Amino acid sequence: MRRVKSFFGGIYPDDSKKSTAEAPIEILAAPPTLVVPLLQHAGAEATPVVAKGDEVLKGQLLGQANGAVSAPVHSPVSGTVVAIEPRAHACGSSVTSIVIENNGEDKWVEKNSHHDPVQLDAATIRQRIADAGIVGMGGGGFPTALKLNPPNNIVIDYLIINGCECEPYLTADHRLMVEYSEEIILGAKLMAKASGARKIIIAVEDNKPDALEALRRHAGAIEVISLPTKYPEGGEKQLIQAVTGREVPSGGLPFQAGAIVQNVATAWAVTKAVRDGEPSISRVVTVTGKTIKEPKNFLVPLGTPIEYLVEAAGGFNGTVGKVVVGGPMMGGAQFDLSAPVCKTVSGVLAFIEEESITPPVLPCIKCARCVDVCPANLLPLRLEAYGMNKMWDEAQRYGALDCIECGCCSYICPSKRPLLQYIRLAKREIVAKQKKPS
Amino acid sequence: MNTTIVSLVSMGTMGALFAFGLAVASKKFAIETDPKVDEIEEVLPGVNCGACGFAGCRSFAEGVASGEAPVNGCPVGGARVAKLVAEIIGVESDGPKRRVAQVLCKGGLAEAKQRGTYDGPQDCRIANATQGGDKVCSYGCLGYGSCVEACQFDAMYMDENGLPVVIEDNCTACGKCVEACPRDIIMLVNEEQGVHIRCRSLLTGRFVRPACSVGCIACQRCVKVCPTGAIYMENNLAHINYDKCTNCRECVAVCPMNTIVWQEGKPLIEKAVAN
Repeated sequence: MRRVKSFFGGIYPDDSKKSTAEAPIEILAAPPTLVVPLLQHAGAEATPVVAKGDEVLKGQLLGQANGAVSAPVHSPVSGTVVAIEPRAHACGSSVTSIVIENNGEDKWVEKNSHHDPVQLDAATIRQRIADAGIVGMGGGGFPTALKLNPPNNIVIDYLIINGCECEPYLTADHRLMVEYSEEIILGAKLMAKASGARKIIIAVEDNKPDALEALRRHAGAIEVISLPTKYPEGGEKQLIQAVTGREVPSGGLPFQAGAIVQNVATAWAVTKAVRDGEPSISRVVTVTGKTIKEPKNFLVPLGTPIEYLVEAAGGFNGTVGKVVVGGPMMGGAQFDLSAPVCKTVSGVLAFIEEESITPPVLPCIKCARCVDVCPANLLPLRLEAYGMNKMWDEAQRYGALDCIECGCCSYICPSKRPLLQYIRLAKREIVAKQKKPS
Repeated sequence: MNTTIVSLVSMGTMGALFAFGLAVASKKFAIETDPKVDEIEEVLPGVNCGACGFAGCRSFAEGVASGEAPVNGCPVGGARVAKLVAEIIGVESDGPKRRVAQVLCKGGLAEAKQRGTYDGPQDCRIANATQGGDKVCSYGCLGYGSCVEACQFDAMYMDENGLPVVIEDNCTACGKCVEACPRDIIMLVNEEQGVHIRCRSLLTGRFVRPACSVGCIACQRCVKVCPTGAIYMENNLAHINYDKCTNCRECVAVCPMNTIVWQEGKPLIEKAVAN
């Protein structure tokens, strides 16, 4: 067996996955009203192609991709469009959304399925993935078809299917691997064909032995490897380094190391799209945390409000301190629980008040623990100081743009300094400055 | 004793020779400069702040002397300096258009609805990047005072309502606060203008009303009442064309949300307006 290397740094938080790791995926019926945001991906907002009052079928196109980096959006139910207006979004601001009243008939549009999708050629597979609106479902939301289409002269050696799910609490990908391993394997094969990748490797953290076993049962010639449980093992660049030993150059993209990384949920969605002809209209979401009565994994239609999910998991149990969408490390706290589930939402976590307190910030004691854990090999303490003092040029020289915003530095800091916040600020300012012609 | 005399004499002689040489060189190789440049530099504030757009006071003075820069181009010096510079050049100065910063949001803690608590670093740009701060309105002032922090002239402070206030006497229109604001709600406006639309929300009234009690609901009343056509509606927000506004205050009287305000003490302006 391959000797697995790892990446530099990383942290070992308590994974808190016990309450939902054994919970089978429950298919949640669509709520009476769904809110489908036109922005569920990285890039430009989709352009609506339906109008208020229109009748739509399940899987019908609601918004088409707007520009090169964008993705179409489809209707998760059959029903009527009641409004197209700005609505709360998990990202914090309002996003133009299509509000659909579910008529409960669950009537599909004509599905363009294929009994043996592996026979399709690469361009057709990519086109079907793009038309289905599939984006990176691990949280990045980058359109999958674009990622599978590297520049012409580049040879992709590895397609890495990311089943690490290194964020604590989340078990959505874990359950998907256990219950839908066949679909994931097929999706991996389709993506390998679409991108011309020579070798497929499925990487899973060793805290999910049942997922490893399920995948190996269907894997055939595909290699399924077990990686040590460490955060952020599932980070794109970290995973490439751990699996292949290659490093993505500073400021570069994964294909420069001859690798493409795709999430297991994306592989599952690719199978649904190419084999069954179903666009990306549902996903698995983990609803968990100390204040959730019955933590569960749900397969939900996209556009389901978060409060509906919480209700389905038995509601809140006691006072809620904070509700986070996504993982506890990289997710965002929510102001408004009417925000819907979108393509990149992998979990809804409800914390008790004690867990939600932001501790007072103390001075930096230069212990360099943040340097020890930074998986991007940066000096978070220096970058934070530069961000605080608005020294953007220095921050750029110290590699601020290579920060993957994993939050390890803020997690480990004994002074509880908001390191990541200031590094993120520096990144934004540097990017803004690069865009501005001067 | 002897050594002292020898060294005194030799050093003295050398000193005298060099002094003579330098004196000759300074006369012979002197560069002709416009005496006006020195005179102008004399009356400028001399802090080399660069707000005029030139590298410093000296290069601004050279610019004025060569006609590249306007006589009233020094925003820090204001009317007094503009008058002195104009006298040196020998032209009439029509007085500088002094500009000051205007905060185009009225939604403080009392007016704008909060949707939760934000307990991260107290910096507007970080709050904006972290789920967009704690107010429902995603266009208005975040209230963490990054503009006040950026101001180097003590011309801004945060009031009790959590909004920045400009002390116009101290404002030099350097534009640092404009740069610091992630929401683009600060604008540099000619000092004489006293009517301002203090809202930046591009949403329709249906969404503005629940978020803020003083937001622009795009009712068009100000557009209809304006006698000079200075107000226009764009993306559900009233905008003011300061070139046409005469401070007549008709719009202030009709604005149902009190979004349009009148700053006491500003003069009525006579403007040649086309329509």
